[in-house]
Amino acid sequence: MGMITNVTSFGRSGLYDWLLQRTTAVVMAIYVVFVTFYLLTNPNLDYSQWLALNSHICMKVLNVLTVLSIAIHAWIGLWAVLTDYVTVRLLGPKATPLRIFFQLGMITITLVYLIWALDIVWGI
Amino acid sequence: MNKKRPVNLDIGTIQLPVTSYVSILHRVSGVVLFAAIAIFLWVLDASLSSEESFNAVKECMSGTFCQLIIWASLAALAYHMVAGIRHLIMDFGIGETLEGGRLGAKVVFIIAAVLIILAGVWVWA
Repeated sequence: MGMITNVTSFGRSGLYDWLLQRTTAVVMAIYVVFVTFYLLTNPNLDYSQWLALNSHICMKVLNVLTVLSIAIHAWIGLWAVLTDYVTVRLLGPKATPLRIFFQLGMITITLVYLIWALDIVWGI
Repeated sequence: MNKKRPVNLDIGTIQLPVTSYVSILHRVSGVVLFAAIAIFLWVLDASLSSEESFNAVKECMSGTFCQLIIWASLAALAYHMVAGIRHLIMDFGIGETLEGGRLGAKVVFIIAAVLIILAGVWVWA
């Protein structure tokens, strides 16, 4: 029995998507907890201090990993939502072209976010 | 899969348990966060571009409109993270029973509510 792969899923299999969704979640949680803690402990943050933090190589690595995680996590999550609700059973025969349209739109926005974010965090 | 086949679950006629609300709100908050990424990137970009734009972001953060948007985004993030951590805990086999699932769902709502209130205090204090 061959396995049918879905052309628009990120990891091409449910198991890859499952693991990627969790590893990317952990990376983003580390970022959120760290940045929240940093902002709470530096209430009078100024530009030079904020720039110095984000110019540090460790922070650059965390920033890039977070940005990549957001893109992968959003792709997998929105794929799940779209394939659950924009379906022929719920919306009739026009659901398939509509879902493909939304999926390609979602992928396009995700890639725009990714390129914009990499430009911000790596260009410092 | 286009054949008419019997579907037993008609969600519209079922009274949803607390776990369903945790699940659907996890999805809703995820979609909201996808839009909020644009705001987050705009703020990050402006805060790192120059001293002037950094101060402009700070200035904007003292206005009610900006504060509401930031708080709404933080609320979606707080809920989505707490519900996500519940998933990770359940992946380790904890709270997988019916009662465990219900208890976990209630705990998610309580912790998320506390974090959302704290986020409001942070934004407005």
